[in-house]
Amino acid sequence: MKKYYSFFRLRFQSGLQYRMASLTALTTQFMWGLMECLAFKALWESDITAFPMEYSALVSYIWLRQAFFTLFNTLSTDNDIFNMIVDGGISYELCRPISLYSMWFSRNIGGRLAQATLRSIPVLCVSFLMPSPFQLRLPINLNAFLLFIITMVLGLGVTVAFCMLVYILCFFTISPQGLRMVMTGAVELLSGDLIPLPFIPEPFRSVIELLPFASMINVPFRIYSGDLAGSEMIHAIILQAFWLVVLILIGSLICKNAEKKVVVQGG
Amino acid sequence: MITMENVCKSYKVAKRNAGLKEACKSLFHRETEKIQALSNISFTIQDGEMVGYIGPNGAGKSSTIKILSGILTPDSGTCMINGRIPWKNRIQHVKEIGVVFGQRSQLWWDIPVIDSFELLKDIYSIPTPNYNRKLEELTELLQLQEILKTPTRQLSLGQRMRCEIAASLLHEPKLLFLDEPTIGLDAVSKLAVRDFIKKMNAEHGTTVILTTHDMQDIEALANRVILIGRGKVLLDGTLDDMRRTAQSGENTNASLDQLVADLYQNMNIL
Amino acid sequence: MKLYCKYISAILKSTMEYKLSFFLMVIGRFLISFSEFIALSFLFSGFTQIKGYTYSDILLCFSVMQMSFAIAECIGRGFKVFSSMVKRGEFDRILLRPRSTILQLLGMRFDLGRIGPLATAIITLIIGVRKSQILWNTGRIITLFFMISGGTLLFLSLFMFGATFCFFSIEETELTNVLTYGAKEHGKYPIDVYGKGIMRFCTYIIPYTLIQYYPLLYLLGKTDNWLYALYPFSVVFFLLLCYGFWRLGLRNYKSCGA
Repeated sequence: MKKYYSFFRLRFQSGLQYRMASLTALTTQFMWGLMECLAFKALWESDITAFPMEYSALVSYIWLRQAFFTLFNTLSTDNDIFNMIVDGGISYELCRPISLYSMWFSRNIGGRLAQATLRSIPVLCVSFLMPSPFQLRLPINLNAFLLFIITMVLGLGVTVAFCMLVYILCFFTISPQGLRMVMTGAVELLSGDLIPLPFIPEPFRSVIELLPFASMINVPFRIYSGDLAGSEMIHAIILQAFWLVVLILIGSLICKNAEKKVVVQGG
Repeated sequence: MITMENVCKSYKVAKRNAGLKEACKSLFHRETEKIQALSNISFTIQDGEMVGYIGPNGAGKSSTIKILSGILTPDSGTCMINGRIPWKNRIQHVKEIGVVFGQRSQLWWDIPVIDSFELLKDIYSIPTPNYNRKLEELTELLQLQEILKTPTRQLSLGQRMRCEIAASLLHEPKLLFLDEPTIGLDAVSKLAVRDFIKKMNAEHGTTVILTTHDMQDIEALANRVILIGRGKVLLDGTLDDMRRTAQSGENTNASLDQLVADLYQNMNIL
Repeated sequence: MKLYCKYISAILKSTMEYKLSFFLMVIGRFLISFSEFIALSFLFSGFTQIKGYTYSDILLCFSVMQMSFAIAECIGRGFKVFSSMVKRGEFDRILLRPRSTILQLLGMRFDLGRIGPLATAIITLIIGVRKSQILWNTGRIITLFFMISGGTLLFLSLFMFGATFCFFSIEETELTNVLTYGAKEHGKYPIDVYGKGIMRFCTYIIPYTLIQYYPLLYLLGKTDNWLYALYPFSVVFFLLLCYGFWRLGLRNYKSCGA
């Protein structure tokens, strides 16, 4: 446990070192959210009946997404693992007496948590203080809040498990960067990062909601504001757990294969 | 002719103590420290001279070279090279100089060397006949025939260094700065590079300023040595002058490296 | 100009050394920007208009911003990687050559991968034009051209502005990112959608409305004031301002490393 703490601390400090970068990153995060709130407000005013969510629920969704951006960011935060694969530093990793999959998994989560603490709190504070209707509301009730936390953890797990899958696939391709970009494009759209999933028309929506991408940010952020509730919510949580297990299983299986392959090739 | 008079240059460096608390503090306030890289540097170098510019790491060698080549503007002092102030008439000035940084490449990584040369021809607007003549000369002297069509990334370090030197001389500069040109080279390549530099100096009267940590380079090439430490010129003379200064008498047979190490220690400039 | 072409042909040659990964990269970039187009289309399957702008109006606006941004990134890559060039001493090398620094900087890093987003922009432009009810006359076509070239210049100026911070040893990419990526992302809607405050900011601080909102009004036939079509020209002043800042920075340049 201690080694995770010291790793966390290190990331936290190196994050602080770029003070200007982190301050402006926060401004970026915040302005981005505000612009989106404004655009959706114009849409809402243009046609209230066609708006598939409560406006306040949408605002909460956007602010949460901005605040926890680094936590759920699919493939652009973990450059070190990526570079390791590209430049062959991976052979060092294979010498260590731990399973590659679980080591990377925990490391990935650690890195995300460290960055997210630094970035989420200020954005959350500011968005709580925003004037109505752009204010981030408190969760509708305690129940929703607890479920929000639980589904956040599940969602983070699914996100990381998916990223792991992409990393491992990089062993098998000649252009990890290309693979990464193709994946980024798909995930941004299908996870509800570009537009919340309720805005996607049928029949696409029903299909997309079954995919693992919908188990990332879509579930917790909508539970928070009560947009996702009742049996639909229970359904979504079960699906999250399902994908988490499946992705981890597939990932560690392919990882074993990849390790063998790397060892055989001699790095 | 190069004259430098009382040139000073300082940098600001941000500093921060270790620890989480300090890291948070530095969010709001950052202490900076002023570092005097050069203080009152003065010297004169005549056309056609070969000068070795030496000193320990961090003494200010690179800063001097950068000022001479017009990359850096000093805080105070004057510097004239062939009647021009390097950082004021940058474009005119750099047409007449060639610079080789031993640790960096100026060739395009992924394309054949000859393509890099062609690009340099256009950058320096070298007339075609001059370019062809010079290229032929350099190819022969540095034995580049075999490697000109190879992409830079596939060259060995020695091959690359020969190409780097050729690239810096295509536009026939009157003044050549060599920043650690033999770093990491094997014995054969080292000798080849030294030979070539000597020839260039003898045949074209090119002024050469050489910074290096390899004292054999200095011995082979430079008839004059400028030693700097902590931003000050400490010695300006021949290699023999340097020997005399360093020797406290006991071991006259000390190697050149030992000599320089003693000198640095005696002068307390490390 | 001849030299610039030479630079580009050198970059082409280097790129072709890694053909496959280059093409995968282009496809990846294309998909990222294309998914934005899909998201926009999904959104407008539920809504008929936003503040009076229809789906086709938004597509036009989206494609203009995408295209300007893609071209600017393609040309201005050198500014964007400037801090790493300074760190690796590549900028020293540029200063050692008897040519304009900016020409060399832009020539050395020409980013061909941007044809991915450019393709998206062209596709959306075609769809937008075909769906819209606009009567295309010479004036309107020229307006479209002005918008795209004005936008490109504006983005380039901002990239240059961001790069200038490196001269003052400030690691500063995020501030310009919010201004450039933000404009690319959110510029898909005409700026008046965001309300008065943003309108003012995007007119008097960073002149986005001059390349987007005002000429768009003319393009869509929402106004007859043809002067609006000429607004993109004013970006030149902004460019000059940023260039002045760059010159100021250049004078302050401290080379780094040994």
